[in-house]
Amino acid sequence: MNKQMDLGAVVASLRDGMTIGVGGWGPRRKPMALIREILRSDLKDLTVVAYGGPEIGMLCAAGKVKRLVYGFVSLDFIPIEPFFRKARQAGGIAASELDEGLLLLGLQAAGHRLPFLPTRVGLGSDVTAINPHFRTVTSPYEDGETLLAMPAIALDAALLHVSRADRLGNTQTDGPDPYFDALFARAAEHCYVTTEALVERIDLACPEGAKASLFERSLVTGVVEAPLGAHPTTAHDAYGWDADHLKEYARLATEEDGWQRYFETYVAGGEAGYAERVGGAERIRDLPIPTF
Amino acid sequence: MTETTDFTLAELAICAAAEAWRGGGEVLATGIGPVPRLAAGLAKLTFAPEILMTDGEAFLVEEPVPLGPRNGDRPRPSGWMPYHRVFDATWCGRRHAMVTPVQLDRWGQANIAALGPELDRPKVQLLGVRGFPGNSISHRNSMFLPAHSPRAFVAGEVDVVASVGFSDRRWPRGVAKLPVDIGIVVTDLCVMDFNGPDHAARVVSLHPGVRFAQVQKATGFPLLEADTCTTTPVPDAEQLAIIRRLDPTGIRASVIKGNPPGVRRAA
Repeated sequence: MNKQMDLGAVVASLRDGMTIGVGGWGPRRKPMALIREILRSDLKDLTVVAYGGPEIGMLCAAGKVKRLVYGFVSLDFIPIEPFFRKARQAGGIAASELDEGLLLLGLQAAGHRLPFLPTRVGLGSDVTAINPHFRTVTSPYEDGETLLAMPAIALDAALLHVSRADRLGNTQTDGPDPYFDALFARAAEHCYVTTEALVERIDLACPEGAKASLFERSLVTGVVEAPLGAHPTTAHDAYGWDADHLKEYARLATEEDGWQRYFETYVAGGEAGYAERVGGAERIRDLPIPTF
Repeated sequence: MTETTDFTLAELAICAAAEAWRGGGEVLATGIGPVPRLAAGLAKLTFAPEILMTDGEAFLVEEPVPLGPRNGDRPRPSGWMPYHRVFDATWCGRRHAMVTPVQLDRWGQANIAALGPELDRPKVQLLGVRGFPGNSISHRNSMFLPAHSPRAFVAGEVDVVASVGFSDRRWPRGVAKLPVDIGIVVTDLCVMDFNGPDHAARVVSLHPGVRFAQVQKATGFPLLEADTCTTTPVPDAEQLAIIRRLDPTGIRASVIKGNPPGVRRAA
């Protein structure tokens, strides 16, 4: 069994119109090498599901997105993702804006093969107006409470970034917070991970890291070795987000041909020279992980 | 208690906001933004040692973590609070958050999502609803708004109801409204709550040098002046020392426009 793939093979397995979930949280642990490979491809009409960071803005700017499903889209130190904001204000992209917890429940329902999960979250707010397809369900027990039936968010593919992996599909994800990567993996028909390090056998290389395994390998379809592949987002515990790069990205969002310039400067030339184009591998490895 | 006049309005607001957590028990105190976070830290280090706080990332700490660069200091975790557990704490109700909405209306409904009348094409895209819908029907929430004006305290309804308030309008027909628990609303002018008749907004204390009429003028909806309305207490030396220790680089100075002094000169 060998699940190793390259970026091109993963993107070749994706189809127009698919629903694609992206792991991580804001500007943290995004599989950006894979996102850039999508940006360079012909894929279109995607539904993208995420606790969003720069991947959402970039996919919107490149015209890849038909519909967004998100709890938020933020670069944290730049509170509103600049290209996402631009795309939303221009109209033309359908948006299913959710409470962060509803996104959790929708992914969990899909992973458990349920049609919905009941919750109070969303009731009384504009979430139900933004998502007019949401229905309520009445408790069959004595309480008779009416609850929101959060529909399952089934994914065709989930894209995640991990710290290390082996060719069997075993993964370990360092960092203080697993976020909801495991829910994305389980909600998806196929899960593809990019990894900082590919090891021969994770049980032999890092047995002490087993608790950092967020989901079992049977959920993983493909493993791509992509060191520094989360740049410009944080990859715990290796490097922090690239604030200077993201500031430049945000500034370009205010300019007429800003996205084109970003794409041509950093993305178009392929992944091979990417680290050099953004200042070199050494520089990325030295980026501190921000604290607050 | 030693009084001092050498304090900023932000420091006064931090002390007022800390009061949100008085007597609330062993809840997860989430302060989003510098003033709410410093307020929670101040509460924990003075009258509410029982509250739970995080390091701003994923660990619980018994000693509030100062804002800004840590210069190698590592917080000592007393527990783990990754986001999935934050949702557990939220939905079980043992949490009290303080957040900063962009708009707040007379029904206590709050918006951080977007501005403009069209939900599918916002005039200004803001943060999205984030955790506001779930927070608002799960546990007590307080708010801090650094610029009290009719733009923030809107005349009609907020453009997007992210935080549920006391209005019936968005509840599905036949569904019993869930209880909403709003704590205090601290601004650069006053402290308010929604404990008037039928959850009407009330001013419960005016910051030094501020008159009720001035607050009303800066608010897009009618306010009540609580019978018990007082002057917001000024910080004492201990509180100021704690605030300065928790914010050594002075991030709080950037929160309220112009970083005015805590006691306004008579207008």
